[in-house]
Amino acid sequence: MLENEANPTLSKSTGLPRKRFYRARAHSNPLSDSHFPIPISPHHVDYSLHYPQFFPSPDQTDSSKKIQFADIGCGFGGLLISLATLFPETLMIGMELRDKVTEYVKERILALRTANPGQYQNVSVVRTNSMKYIPNYFEKGQLSKMFFLFPDPHFKEKNHRRRVISRFLLDEYAYVLQVGAVIYTITDVEELGEWMKTCLKEHPMFEALTSQELEADPVVKLLSSATEEGQKVARNGGQTFRAVYRRIAPSL
Amino acid sequence: MEDTPMEFGESNKDTEIAPALIAVHPTQESVAAAVGPDLRIFDLRQNSAVSLKDDSSVGSLHKDSIRVVRYGANGKLLVSAGDDKLVKVWSTESWHCITTVCSEKRVSAVAISNDGLYVCFADKFGVVWIVDLDRPDGQVHVGKKAVPLLSHYCSIITSLEFSPDGKFILSADRDFKIRATVFPKNPLDGAHEIQSFCLGHTEFVSCLAFLWTEEYPQGFVVSGSGDSTVRLWDILSGSLLDACEVGEKAGLLGSNGREAECYSAVTDLCSNPDGSLVAVALQRQVVSIGGGTFIPTSLQMCSSTGLLWMVTGVSNLRGSECPSLARVRVISGVNKSNSDSDTREHQELEDNEIPGGTSLLKNLQGSLSYGEEVFLAAAEALKTAMSNLLVKKQYSTEKRDFRKRTRNDKKIKQRK
Ligand SMILES: C[S@@+](CC[C@H](N)C(=O)[O-])C[C@H]1O[C@@H](n2cnc3c(N)ncnc32)[C@H](O)[C@@H]1O
Repeated sequence: MLENEANPTLSKSTGLPRKRFYRARAHSNPLSDSHFPIPISPHHVDYSLHYPQFFPSPDQTDSSKKIQFADIGCGFGGLLISLATLFPETLMIGMELRDKVTEYVKERILALRTANPGQYQNVSVVRTNSMKYIPNYFEKGQLSKMFFLFPDPHFKEKNHRRRVISRFLLDEYAYVLQVGAVIYTITDVEELGEWMKTCLKEHPMFEALTSQELEADPVVKLLSSATEEGQKVARNGGQTFRAVYRRIAPSL
Repeated sequence: MEDTPMEFGESNKDTEIAPALIAVHPTQESVAAAVGPDLRIFDLRQNSAVSLKDDSSVGSLHKDSIRVVRYGANGKLLVSAGDDKLVKVWSTESWHCITTVCSEKRVSAVAISNDGLYVCFADKFGVVWIVDLDRPDGQVHVGKKAVPLLSHYCSIITSLEFSPDGKFILSADRDFKIRATVFPKNPLDGAHEIQSFCLGHTEFVSCLAFLWTEEYPQGFVVSGSGDSTVRLWDILSGSLLDACEVGEKAGLLGSNGREAECYSAVTDLCSNPDGSLVAVALQRQVVSIGGGTFIPTSLQMCSSTGLLWMVTGVSNLRGSECPSLARVRVISGVNKSNSDSDTREHQELEDNEIPGGTSLLKNLQGSLSYGEEVFLAAAEALKTAMSNLLVKKQYSTEKRDFRKRTRNDKKIKQRK
């Protein structure tokens, strides 16, 4: 492809963006003020920008098709890329705080769309602070799956409130998830694994999937294998800790 | 990396400027005004100033600016809280402080549940805490433990309100959000079920008030914002029902080209019980009274008397010979909607027509008269303080990099 040749950030052999041109700080502080545009409400999310093939013009965004999967802190986007072909009719989005990483995922998706016409049209990414702006992107009960794969551990006690899973944030996740929807979490940090499991277990609007249900869910296998972080852990022979819970109606 | 203090508006030192506040007992048995750390109460049945009795070991009364003062729905309790991180609950019968709760952070909003059993307060980390008041009357309780109820992630909560039917608690924040949460049967276990988010404001939300009709016991809510609009919401769905550009209505926008970009924030609002009338305080609204100007800092309607109580004032006004001042004004006839008749029904009361007369004014204001100019200076200073606290700073990339480069923690590291 001509364009790629002129663009040194894309690999000549694969046409995919090279990660080394998108190197970023290891961590962002989710508490600092934001500098990126935030939709006023879910109605203001421009689907035609994210999914042009599904939404050729901006005024068609009122259609009933809505984003159903959200990968929170998607990193370099490995999970989304796997899910895109596994669920070709489902719209999905990655939310990522680091701008360079988000740019990388954007380029990656565009390159895959070009290389595989008709595919990867259902996947997109947005730069945002998921801890603050989830309700600006999704309506009540809109999502059927949410992913939190290898989130930043924030070890220090005083930084626990920066963790993406907490009893308070679970209230917001429960709001955007429909009854029956599933929240997937995995980490290689045992303490964080315990923390995420405890938060979910104690929350009145979530219940654990049974081992048969976990076995039957094709997505569960991707948790430890599909993302860049997961692959790194696997290469180093690290252990992983998983908590997969279903959104239930609160008992009265 | 340290949390940026700016995020929580805690950067300023203890002598922060604070607006004067007013609260009216539901049946107007008393009126409360807060100016800085001073809580002033006038008993309209006795026609005398109240002396508050606070035996709590935490030290009596407030030590820093009060940021919220309000009566409970049944009028039995009054709650005050603010920058000294204390939440004080007062019995309106004995005027004893019956509970003092210590917050970890400064308190930005409070609400008493409609049944009078719980006090909720919001701190500057966006966490709403709850304390149960279920105590035999008269027993003084100090240092009661609050438990977290819900949280707006690292935002500043500006207002808390219970719906008229008590089923929901609403919380508004600087991130343009209003959240309606189901108030559960056992709120000490937390309020997890979010009913809706009311999204549409394009600046911080500063105030909330409920409108109530029999057909809608959960009520409609109106909100005021730094975007200079007042919006009407259905809290069950979170839908925006109406929006009113009050800044424009008041002829403030566009009238001055230089400030066209600078919206006048809505700072307070209140409604009469049937929702036919909403009174709005705008940062630059000028209410002409006897040729003078009056920019209220706080408002409250009393439904039983149809009086709109307003205060303007400030504490810790730097560089002024009266650093703390307050002026109370009252408008009558607000329990009837204006459209019902042609006659002019809303009337500004003269000082001697105000219930309690000059002794009330002397008590609540601290003094009977102040110069005009000082109020204008106060209004200007308050506007700056509010915008510093609540308006999000938009940094250009350059400025952001500059800030990063010149950050103190980095400097310290370099010196090592
Ligand atoms: C350790 S990485 C894991 C990435 C990916 N899920 C994986 O498994 O490879 C965690 C990611 O979460 C992102 N992140 C952290 N806090 C976030 C927030 N508040 N909103 C969005 N993304 C966030 C970080 O920038 C980082 O890319």
